[in-house]
Amino acid sequence: MAYSDKVVDHYNNPRNVGSMDKNDPHVGTGMVGAPECGDVMKLQIKVDPATGIIEDAKFKTFGCGSAIASSSLATEWLKGKTVDQAMEIKNTEIVNELALPPVKVHCSVLAEDAIKAAINDYKKKAVPAEVNA
Amino acid sequence: MKLPIYLDNHATTQCDPRVVQAMLPFFTDHFGNAASRNHSFGWAAEEGVENARKQIADLIGATAKEIVFTSGATESNNLAIKGVAEMYAERGNHIITAATEHKAVLDTCKHLEKQGLRVTYLPLKGDGLVDLDMLRDAITDKTILVSIMYANNEIGVIQPVKEIGAICKERGVLFHTDGVQSVGKIPVNVLADNIDIMSLTAHKMYGPKGVGALYVRRRNPRVQISAQMDGGGHERGMRSGTLNVPGIVGFGKAAALCQELMPVEMEKHRAMRDRLRAKLESNLEETYINGSMEHRLPHNLNMSFAYVEGESLLMGINDIAVSSGSACTSATLEPSYVLKALGLGDDLAHTSIRFGIGRFNTDEEIDYVGNKMIEVVNKLRELSPLWEMFKDGIDLSKVEWTAH
Repeated sequence: MAYSDKVVDHYNNPRNVGSMDKNDPHVGTGMVGAPECGDVMKLQIKVDPATGIIEDAKFKTFGCGSAIASSSLATEWLKGKTVDQAMEIKNTEIVNELALPPVKVHCSVLAEDAIKAAINDYKKKAVPAEVNA
Repeated sequence: MKLPIYLDNHATTQCDPRVVQAMLPFFTDHFGNAASRNHSFGWAAEEGVENARKQIADLIGATAKEIVFTSGATESNNLAIKGVAEMYAERGNHIITAATEHKAVLDTCKHLEKQGLRVTYLPLKGDGLVDLDMLRDAITDKTILVSIMYANNEIGVIQPVKEIGAICKERGVLFHTDGVQSVGKIPVNVLADNIDIMSLTAHKMYGPKGVGALYVRRRNPRVQISAQMDGGGHERGMRSGTLNVPGIVGFGKAAALCQELMPVEMEKHRAMRDRLRAKLESNLEETYINGSMEHRLPHNLNMSFAYVEGESLLMGINDIAVSSGSACTSATLEPSYVLKALGLGDDLAHTSIRFGIGRFNTDEEIDYVGNKMIEVVNKLRELSPLWEMFKDGIDLSKVEWTAH
């Protein structure tokens, strides 16, 4: 199977690889997938509490090239968006941007799930923290 | 050194230039139909075919009359299993095979099951070998055929063929083996190995694609097989169809070359394989060999690189041709059924790579492959959340995953 140039680019030069402290109240962590399925994505966002804007995003992915590219692209898109804007990212946009073939659509679904999981984790943590403040 | 490097010799092999040379005259000069008995064009073609038949028979310790030419091993497996099932239907209706067989055997068996035959799929031991006691217990008075491959195409594990054949002989059951991965690579002898029927193909032994053969024993016992195609009654009535003369001549030449080179090639490939394995194991943690190392083809290595998904690994080593047991590289999106049959978890099956060394590989290539593998595995582990968790001492089997 031939990969699109964009998938190859993200695979060769993955953006924003790494991990942030998952106990930081401003960091939301999403981990989706399972090793048996051949895909696990960990996606993290760091939100500026004053503005609600995602100031940093990191990922690590176990999976095929398309899964790596989907999560790498997601971190690029997340940075600079508000949490609410980030919730609007759709897997189909990832499919279009990376020109994923039908057999790889599940990689984009997983990336969307990871974004939502990271945001939900952040919201769960942030609400009590802000109440206390 | 030229890139890309071909290290997928279980899938197919390069046609040896000496084989191509032997074939060429049979396209243009000796283009006759081997069945044309009344002119010199036919005689020349027939001579080419009969010479090849002898060369192939010599390689496996058979006689020329026991070789039936086909289009390849898939056809040979179909012909063997369906042909025996049909011919011996009055004697019984039970076939025994194993879970790690090639699809050409498994799907043929499934086809026969739909027609009412009974098939036992033996599970394998963790090292990929058939349990002989289990085989003995599976044979009933209705069993007509045991079909167990000589060596596996993914993990290269060599079955105890001689012992399996002896059990079959003792119980009066025919023994078919898919010899595709072993013939021409390691010594195979149908008499010493107690084989009644064996499938062969040219393209796995440096011959052309589209030509194969079935060895059908003629004495002790005399095996009979029902033809699966109707036509002119070629190949002693077992396989109709005009013979692929150039292909068959190439197959014969390939067999003769393998016989001549085998002692040297076995040791050369074993040394290369062991060199690659040593390099990978001494530079990478968490690698696992799949299948028995003791009972294995000398040119096969099948390894899992934990926490790195197979397809992403292949993408990183795109100047090297190998294959993976990962789901993402298969049409079905299921990880290798062979590795699963060894009891390997899906997670390790997803991380497996098969290396198949062949006649045209060099030490320099093997070192390049080793270095590249180490570089890419390390890079992908830096990217892998599973590797990070493993390094943090987290037991991945206890994590609750959100399976999709």
